[in-house]
Amino acid sequence: MSEALVDGASFDASKRTWLIASGCAGAVGGVAAVVPFVSSFQPSEKARAAGAAVEADISALKPGEKMVVEWRGKPVWIVRRTPEQLAALPKLDPQLADPASTRKPEEQAPAYARNATRSIKPEYLVTVGICTHLGCSPSDKFQKGAQPSLPDDWEGGFLCPCHGSTFDLAGRVFKNKPAPDNLEVPPHMYLSDTKLLIGEDKQA
Amino acid sequence: MAEFHEISPNASAGAKTLNWIDNRFPLSALFKAHMSEYYAPKNFNVWYVFGVLSLMVLVIQIVTGIFLVMHYKPDAALAFGSVEYIMRDVPWGWMIRYMHSTGASAFFVVVYLHMFRGLMYGSYRKPRELVWLFGCGIFLVLMAEAFMGYLLPWGQMSYWGAQVIVNLFSAIPFVGPDLALLIRGDFVVGDATLNRFFSFHVIAVPLVLLGLVVAHIIALHEVGSNNPDGVEIKANKDENGIPRDGIPFHPYYSVHDVFAVCVFLMVFSAIVFFAPEMGGYFLEYNNFIPADPFQTPLHIAPVWYFTPFYSLLRAVTTELMYVLMACVALAAAWALLKGKMPSVFKAIIAGGAVVVLAMMLSIDAKFWGVVAMGGGVVILFFLPWLDNSLVKSIRYRPDWHKYMYAVFVIDFVILGYLGTLPPSPLFSRVAQVGTLFYFGFFLLMPWWSRIGTFKPVPSRVTYKAH
Repeated sequence: MSEALVDGASFDASKRTWLIASGCAGAVGGVAAVVPFVSSFQPSEKARAAGAAVEADISALKPGEKMVVEWRGKPVWIVRRTPEQLAALPKLDPQLADPASTRKPEEQAPAYARNATRSIKPEYLVTVGICTHLGCSPSDKFQKGAQPSLPDDWEGGFLCPCHGSTFDLAGRVFKNKPAPDNLEVPPHMYLSDTKLLIGEDKQA
Repeated sequence: MAEFHEISPNASAGAKTLNWIDNRFPLSALFKAHMSEYYAPKNFNVWYVFGVLSLMVLVIQIVTGIFLVMHYKPDAALAFGSVEYIMRDVPWGWMIRYMHSTGASAFFVVVYLHMFRGLMYGSYRKPRELVWLFGCGIFLVLMAEAFMGYLLPWGQMSYWGAQVIVNLFSAIPFVGPDLALLIRGDFVVGDATLNRFFSFHVIAVPLVLLGLVVAHIIALHEVGSNNPDGVEIKANKDENGIPRDGIPFHPYYSVHDVFAVCVFLMVFSAIVFFAPEMGGYFLEYNNFIPADPFQTPLHIAPVWYFTPFYSLLRAVTTELMYVLMACVALAAAWALLKGKMPSVFKAIIAGGAVVVLAMMLSIDAKFWGVVAMGGGVVILFFLPWLDNSLVKSIRYRPDWHKYMYAVFVIDFVILGYLGTLPPSPLFSRVAQVGTLFYFGFFLLMPWWSRIGTFKPVPSRVTYKAH
């Protein structure tokens, strides 16, 4: 037994040591008990399993039209671009924030879609319809020319209603807009000329 | 602890019951400490009713909330329908629901006015810093409560509002995307998100809110209320130790407050019965459309009470970042040239400024928008230490301070109005100027609050009997 004096009163130093030690052990247990509760915030196994690839039939899609498929709860757009829309893409480069998608190449598109049209086949754009700013779904603005919230020399593209970000028909974001990155191109592959698989790109 | 107190056998049954309780629980002592012998300054004006009114709205929200939960279903497939069921099929359900939705807006009306009262009369100054801090905590928690509650009807605005706000967290470097995933519990806002927001909205956050309200009132009753003159009434006590300018809260102010509650309930009922949607400001029109994860409404905006802070978020673009960087550089240069401090601190300031500038260059403007929005709320916590004015109350501050406050109020209202509108080049510029003023008002307060000719503060409160 060791005795010490604090403020003139004696106390049992070894008892205090054990009090501190057991307090620390209790704190460790308390922190450990938090782990399962915080872990329960994660997506459930069911939510994780819902990420399977989806097939899309694009045979009915006419030039200049868009269709939407659900993949992992997100809208995936398939746009069939007209030749003039494709021809307008390179002209826009100086107005875009990141025309060549160099900022985060791995996150923005798979390797096979890192080209001038951001697609496997130039005609078809496949992209996740979620704005890279705060996750709203941009609306179609395919019509050319001046219109509200858009510049007068608009060549067709998308406008996010939430904070005004604009994207061209390759999903590339314009300069000085809140969205930092181009729209994401999901992993995808052609099963045939008219069948697309979204969410998977391995050769089966 | 009090001695056991015997009462005369001839006392009335009521007195005997009270004595029995008081020997076991400090009922009379609590009533005296917080009501009949809590001395409040006698010169309160109408600005002093908003504390009691916010307590009143809290009670309305808790009671109506309990009844709504009896019929509401927190399930993405059923939620929208169950709210419509409450509105159409549950007897008087529409009234309970409109009371709750109007109550949410009323809560922010009275809380904003209550906070402005504190700002005008310096109610956050020593020794009331903790009263203010608990109050700011209540404001922050109230915003979380309102935001999570807004998801529950599962309309288009619920869904896309939650999507945007949760995605704000993903702008935080490194941990952001995982944090957003933990909040949503899924890769997009969905059933898991709705369920957990329901749990937070009805249990977790209200418990924290109640705890903070109790702490706010205990702290207030410990230091005593401030008043429109900013004079400490405890500095002048009579021979019984009672402040000469104080009157018992009960019955004098309790009667005042009952009157205020009556007036408030008249206005509140008028809104509930005649304008529950308030032209789309209290209940947004797009929220009467069920949530659709594939279609963002053409214009989305938060409910009015969030819009001033939402404007701060939207104002931060790449261009404004250059202005902000210039401000940081100027502030650092000024501290280095003019500051009287050891060179170690100057080195720390210079180093800190370089780090901050590097971060401002390398991290997206999107993240700094989130910082501005959060900072707009958090900066209120620091008010007690930002205000260096020689007197507490606006009554004795230089006249130009009044204009400063007026401009601040106008700025706040303009930011709030712009936040409800779709983005446009002109309004974005106005919002950016408003944002700079908002932060300038607070961050430069240590300097500007000293400038000017202060008026003499009386030793007693000013009061005219009527």
